Amino acid sequence: MPATLAMHMSDGLLDAPASVLFLVIGGVGVLLALVRARGALDDRTAPMAGLVAAFIFAVQMLNFPVLPGVSGHLLGGALAAILVGPWVGALCIAIVLVVQALVFADGGLSALGANVTNLALIGTAVGFLVALGLRGLVRKGRGGLVATAFVAAFASTVVASLGFVAEYAIGGDPAFDLGTIATTVVGVHCLIGIGEGIITALTVGAIAAVRPDLVYLLRGERRPLEVSA
Amino acid sequence: MNPLHRPGDSPVHRLPAQVKIVGALAFVLCVVATDRTAYWAFGAYLAVLAAVWVVAAIPPGWMAKRALIETPFVVLALAAPFLGGGPETEVLGVSVSVSGLLAGWNIVAKGTIGVLASLTLAATTTPRDLVVGLQRLRTPSVVVTIATLMLRYLEVIVAEARRMRLARISRGHDPRFLWQVGATARGIGTLFLSSYERGERVHLAMVSRGYAGALPDTGGPARPLSWLSGLVPAATAAVVLVGTL
Repeated sequence: MPATLAMHMSDGLLDAPASVLFLVIGGVGVLLALVRARGALDDRTAPMAGLVAAFIFAVQMLNFPVLPGVSGHLLGGALAAILVGPWVGALCIAIVLVVQALVFADGGLSALGANVTNLALIGTAVGFLVALGLRGLVRKGRGGLVATAFVAAFASTVVASLGFVAEYAIGGDPAFDLGTIATTVVGVHCLIGIGEGIITALTVGAIAAVRPDLVYLLRGERRPLEVSA
Repeated sequence: MNPLHRPGDSPVHRLPAQVKIVGALAFVLCVVATDRTAYWAFGAYLAVLAAVWVVAAIPPGWMAKRALIETPFVVLALAAPFLGGGPETEVLGVSVSVSGLLAGWNIVAKGTIGVLASLTLAATTTPRDLVVGLQRLRTPSVVVTIATLMLRYLEVIVAEARRMRLARISRGHDPRFLWQVGATARGIGTLFLSSYERGERVHLAMVSRGYAGALPDTGGPARPLSWLSGLVPAATAAVVLVGTL
């Protein structure tokens, strides 16, 4: 059985004060996302957000090889941010993580706050900010959008893994050299980030080709057709 | 869809979900807060869980099989004694780091008991009841709506993905290693579109059946007796934790 490195943190990696600290941070972040997303979630879009969450959940089941014996799975932060925007995206991923912990025992209950902080908050925020920063590229057409999605997904994965390193520095076991941990974790996530980037880019490209109205990042980009006599 | 749920009619199964969620979280926090050198405490936590399994009529072997999802972290923990620094000791003739050994033990012990606690919760509560439990714990209604529909759509999306994969393979596609990424990603794009369009149709069907933006609350408040009995495992863990101090 190949070892899967990119999975949710289990109990016991962080000590109790850090676990509680990140439960609070994650909770406050999700609440903020909820407040900001509320305007966008009406009786039509809230069920659709449920669908996006289910989609992210299903996509996270997808494993791809990064090194012999090590496989990673998609985290989906950048994908969610590009498709439904940062607030709804963060909310969806947080709900995915809560359900995974409660229903599927994936990720420790005490590590839920840290997982939400890394994947739902940091992953989505970084993915969206990078995509926003590359807006000029997005305007250049489909190739630009695909390239932006790749860079955003790569950055989001690597920065989310830095979130783990920061959490480990706060509440992890001091037996290990933090530098070694950081190099290993960030190194593996650079490889995962490439896979994440390719899949995110091709997925966003395929969706934008058929239904550009479903890509949040493209909103307001398309000028209406001009009809001239 | 959920291989972790084990239907039953035990007192643990019948307990309101909100009680079990609070109980499991409190239990795991007690476990994580325990000093790693208080070895007996981890035995006590395991005994508490085993007692819950007896009441819920769950065979330990059933639990053990599903606890294997924790394996990657055990691998990490087994590497720990060789990666840690500081003073060294000999185990079976191999020189290992003392702090690394303790760190590995810490991850294995707390991670295993944590995953067993999560599995106990999932085994005795249906996914639907877990969401109702969150609803009773005053989770905002938007979150409840998203979570409920997510669980319903998940099965649909996974089944659709399986059909698409079969269709690809039956047309001669032979995905290997990295080369499957292109087909997979394009498949994900198509999957998103077809699920989204299905979701739009389902929404119209929901509206025509009277959906007005919030899902009905099907749970009931938990009686004080349920809270008292449901929090016994967490309370026992808290007593054990105090005992280690």
